[in-house]
Amino acid sequence: MKKYSVFAIAREAMRGHRGWEEQWSSPEPKKDYDVIIVGAGGHGLATAYYLATVHGITNVAVLEKGWLGGGNTGRNTTIIRSNYLYDESAGIYDHALKLWDGLSQELNYNVMYSARGVMMLAHNVHDIQVLKRHVHANRLNGIDNEWLTPEQAKEFCPPLNISKQARYPVVGAALQRRGGTARHDAVAWGYARGASARGVHIIQNCEVTGVKRAANGAVTGVETTRGFIGAKKVGVVAAGHSSVIMNMAGVRMPLESYPLQALVSEPVKPVVPCVVMSNTVHAYISQSDKGELVIGAGTDQYVSYSQTGGLHILQHTLDAICEMFPIFTRMKMLRSWGGIVDVTPDRSPILAKTPVPGLYVNCGWGTGGFKATPGSGHVFAHTIARDDPHPINAPFTIERFRTGRLIDEAAAAAVAH
Amino acid sequence: MLLIRCPYCEEERPELEFRNAGEAHIARSANIAGESDDDFEKFFFIRSNPKGIIHERWRHMHGCARFFNAVRDTVSDKFIITYKAGEPKPAKLPKISNEVVAK
Repeated sequence: MKKYSVFAIAREAMRGHRGWEEQWSSPEPKKDYDVIIVGAGGHGLATAYYLATVHGITNVAVLEKGWLGGGNTGRNTTIIRSNYLYDESAGIYDHALKLWDGLSQELNYNVMYSARGVMMLAHNVHDIQVLKRHVHANRLNGIDNEWLTPEQAKEFCPPLNISKQARYPVVGAALQRRGGTARHDAVAWGYARGASARGVHIIQNCEVTGVKRAANGAVTGVETTRGFIGAKKVGVVAAGHSSVIMNMAGVRMPLESYPLQALVSEPVKPVVPCVVMSNTVHAYISQSDKGELVIGAGTDQYVSYSQTGGLHILQHTLDAICEMFPIFTRMKMLRSWGGIVDVTPDRSPILAKTPVPGLYVNCGWGTGGFKATPGSGHVFAHTIARDDPHPINAPFTIERFRTGRLIDEAAAAAVAH
Repeated sequence: MLLIRCPYCEEERPELEFRNAGEAHIARSANIAGESDDDFEKFFFIRSNPKGIIHERWRHMHGCARFFNAVRDTVSDKFIITYKAGEPKPAKLPKISNEVVAK
């Protein structure tokens, strides 16, 4: 792998940019591997990358039914934060946030992590209570989060409407300054390049159609559209399709898959300097470096794999955006799309061993997995390599739905994740 | 937005009038306190989440307010049939085309 640097740019500029090499190779699948990762999204590629770099396991294949990073990694609103209420969640999301800081240097790939601040708005007394509880809980866990008055919120994000005449007036806000955004595609590409350079095989257009198990129950490999591929260990990181893959191995999951939509506006000059979220009116917005407003909507109410969603969901979200930012009422929206998110009953992820020996699962990130990408891959690689969870992901078992030891972030965090 | 036929009102109405109420035909035990942890997990948390034909409950919230069941394809989001609560799973499903029909 040739290192990217200012000298590389200068060198290539001198010779017509003919020396840039492929970022990752596309080898033919081997007959068998030590580890197969199902799903080449951010989490799957990060897992492969850390298996290679931290644990020295490079005989790894990442199988992807479509193209690399074409699922939820390429469909999310790229928000990064770690201001979760419970200790377990704070642990895993802040682990990820610490890895985001410095990820571009680590990968030698600009993931454009921008700690521009994530501001969550309060519109009523209950919001104030919930968000202040988060501020205090976060600070006990060593996570920065501070309380702002409406005037301070307006100062931090000038286009915000803090008029008392608003239908849902802003009465305060919680701000995590280390939160922000990153370039979602670059995250997948950077991890893919890093993993490929260390010998990991990334195999696109290769759909898993079955999971093979030996007589003793252990995993022996996967059936794919490109034939059988053997493996001692299989990690399922298939987002909305995780329960479909797990069913192939005979494991029924506490998951339901829903469409989640997002949309972007026409590009404009810099106007939103941070990420603004509101759980009460249900909208979140940031501005990409291209200038588009990036807006996240809610999930549809029914199970679906259609990668589309109802128009009324987008309409509801834009109502809320125009309420918070009357300045945007005449903006044109350019594109909208949907992704399929796998949601657990307690809205916390599952990163764990499964009842099947050699089968591991990293799923249930629901509506907010992007922010966790580096941390999730890091601890999931540990879980696969050692056949034992990392202390950070040890609470995120499948068994918690039998024992009742839930990580009930849903009720505490209201809507957004 | 989906168009959903309420089997009680015998009318096709927009999705906004309805609330999805999750997977259908999951029987609650008569003795819920006596359930083992395994059985309670299956009843309460485990879902089939199929890619394809799903049996699900809907409630005609802003209409007759009654619960009913539906069979839907989760890939095309097309409804195949809706039927009243308490009726068994339809043994045979009518064939529907996934083509969009111009009305």
